[in-house]
Amino acid sequence: MSKDNEILEEFTTKEYEHGWSVKYEADEAPIGLNEEIIKWISAKKEEPQWLLDWRLKAFDTFQNMTEPEWANVHYPKIDLQQLRYYSAPKQGKKPKSLDEVDPELLQIYERLGINLNEQKRLQGIAVDAVLDSVSVATTFKDTLSKLGIIFCSFSEAVKDHPELVKKYLGSVVAMTDNYYAALNSAVFSDGSFCYIPKGVRCPMELSTYFRINAANTGQFERTLIVAEDESYVSYLEGCTAPQRDENQLHAAVVEIYAAANAEVKYSTVQNWFPGDKDGKGGIYNFVTKRGLCAGDHSKISWTQVETGSAVTWKYPSCILKGDNSIGEFYSVAVTNNYQQADTGTKMIHIGKNTKSRIVSKGISAGKSQNSYRGQVQVMKRAHNSRNFSQCDSLLMGDRCGAHTFPYIDINNPTAKVEHEATTSKIGEDQIFYCNQRGIDTEDAVALIVNGYAKEVLNQLPMEFAVEAQKLLALTLEGSVG
Amino acid sequence: MLSIKNLHASIEGNEILRGIDLEVKAGEVHAIMGPNGSGKSTLASVLAGREEYEITDGEVTFKGEDLLELAPEERAREGVFLAFQYPVEIPGVSSTNFLRTAVNQVREHRGLDPLDAVKFLTMMKEKMKLVEIDQKLLSRALNEGFSGGEKKRNEIFQMAMLEPTLSILDETDSGLDIDALRIVSNGVNQLKSKDNATIVVTHYQRLLDYIVPDFVHVLYKGKIVKSGTKELALELEEKGYDWIKADVEQAAV
Repeated sequence: MSKDNEILEEFTTKEYEHGWSVKYEADEAPIGLNEEIIKWISAKKEEPQWLLDWRLKAFDTFQNMTEPEWANVHYPKIDLQQLRYYSAPKQGKKPKSLDEVDPELLQIYERLGINLNEQKRLQGIAVDAVLDSVSVATTFKDTLSKLGIIFCSFSEAVKDHPELVKKYLGSVVAMTDNYYAALNSAVFSDGSFCYIPKGVRCPMELSTYFRINAANTGQFERTLIVAEDESYVSYLEGCTAPQRDENQLHAAVVEIYAAANAEVKYSTVQNWFPGDKDGKGGIYNFVTKRGLCAGDHSKISWTQVETGSAVTWKYPSCILKGDNSIGEFYSVAVTNNYQQADTGTKMIHIGKNTKSRIVSKGISAGKSQNSYRGQVQVMKRAHNSRNFSQCDSLLMGDRCGAHTFPYIDINNPTAKVEHEATTSKIGEDQIFYCNQRGIDTEDAVALIVNGYAKEVLNQLPMEFAVEAQKLLALTLEGSVG
Repeated sequence: MLSIKNLHASIEGNEILRGIDLEVKAGEVHAIMGPNGSGKSTLASVLAGREEYEITDGEVTFKGEDLLELAPEERAREGVFLAFQYPVEIPGVSSTNFLRTAVNQVREHRGLDPLDAVKFLTMMKEKMKLVEIDQKLLSRALNEGFSGGEKKRNEIFQMAMLEPTLSILDETDSGLDIDALRIVSNGVNQLKSKDNATIVVTHYQRLLDYIVPDFVHVLYKGKIVKSGTKELALELEEKGYDWIKADVEQAAV
């Protein structure tokens, strides 16, 4: 093995920082997946009949579907009958305000560096904290509601704003869209709901922080964001999970609806437990995220920094239906050790003069496999549509893999589609150059990787960008040394 | 300051350095000259700690310490600076950000507090004048899209920022036009003091008109075959390397 590889070798042994868990008294569904369980969840959440019917319909379809196998990831079949689909902290009555939330639960978030106390929080970010199957707290609700903005847990939205939920639920990701989306539609437990009324610019970042705590439990949450005409919102999502030997399933659905002239920015820093350095444990992250640019001149922008999960299967997409609408996808996906990621996007151009931009930066280290899978589709009516895709891969060491699967489907001759791709290795020369200036190898790698990912990190809101930079360095720490 | 004794180094089994002896004292400027492939750049790389070279024999002490025992970054922090012949590009990382990381790691090693942004920029402004470098260049990604001259100037600028005790300039003159050569040399000369030393590795005498050496050594087939003062460089310029080669071959017979 060359020196280069030896250097890269050592850089892969950093322990996962959020691997701890706490014991809480839980309200749990029995293990297994069947109609009774779905009814149990629905009853637990005191849902209206229409929603239970919706779930059962999804489940009915799901049962006739098979697990997709086209992704470039390999893992043992998941026995869905061995999972628990609902686990929530026993809280007695639903707390009315933060003061009533069990301080032990708040402490979980504090330990993760997320203070849910509004006075202590940095201004400008409202948080919905989701622990296993339920939302435990949402901050700044009152401040936001004065502007007509609804930001609450999904369950509350079902109770308080059923007309909105009914109108938009499944409107972007149909319940039968794919295997995991159908499963989610049947068993989802909570998530966040956000509604920005016409003409309102949301004055603070909205965020959901997902935490898996319970063992042997899947997390199935839904996020629904609706931005009415001329509105704007920036939404952040963060996630962590305890370190466990067995794999855990996370199958979420995110739907974004943007009306005319609305703009939604959705940023994710995904840091689920990736498994240990021998590939044991870790989260299976099978997520469906899609935005619909329904109105003219609307814009949806996805930014993701994917550092966690044992297996990732995720393609945040945009349907550009409105004329002159814009879709963007900025992604940094890092895989280390035995992680596998198959991630990318779909840009479906339906309206005229629609534009999309894809910037994907993959970083593979250890024995990991990192795939970009993207689809650009231009429909017949989409005159003068434009797409620019750039897919870069950075390899660290010689036992990892980087793969690019671009699909392009053009049905209109006026379309302009550009695709650029590069693959590079992190250079021993670059590291030596940094060393020669007194910078140690770990800092050198962090510097080089952050430089490589800069175009994407620049898309993140300030506070998140700093966190993401640290996370990138941490994920790769130990893979060079 | 630097003492090299019987240094042998090889790469992939090929011996490149075959017994180098060299003493460099504080305040001195040494020029290492020699034909292509004589081992000049290898010597520079070995001193900086490039890991693909295997040291098969000999020793190097720097300020009384065994230099070969130190990792590249430790050598740098101790004050060894290499101005690269081919400075690498690091996309997305601004020169400023890069240098601030470097300067503060070096300062930490020397027991100094890190510089805050204001102090760092003040220091940068001051050193920028030395090599007439434009601030715009420093906010761009490190060496990315820089011209040859800009890269070399940036090397000397970094040298000014890091304040090394031993600077090794590896073919800093290659690819420089006459104006850039003058600017770069000026910078080097201004940084010279009685406490630091410079090793100038070059192929041509031209650079030595600007950076005047105290000693000139000729490297050939991995050995220093001739040493002298700056006049030796002029002699080489006039006669080329062949007469030295001939001398060496003859001595071998």
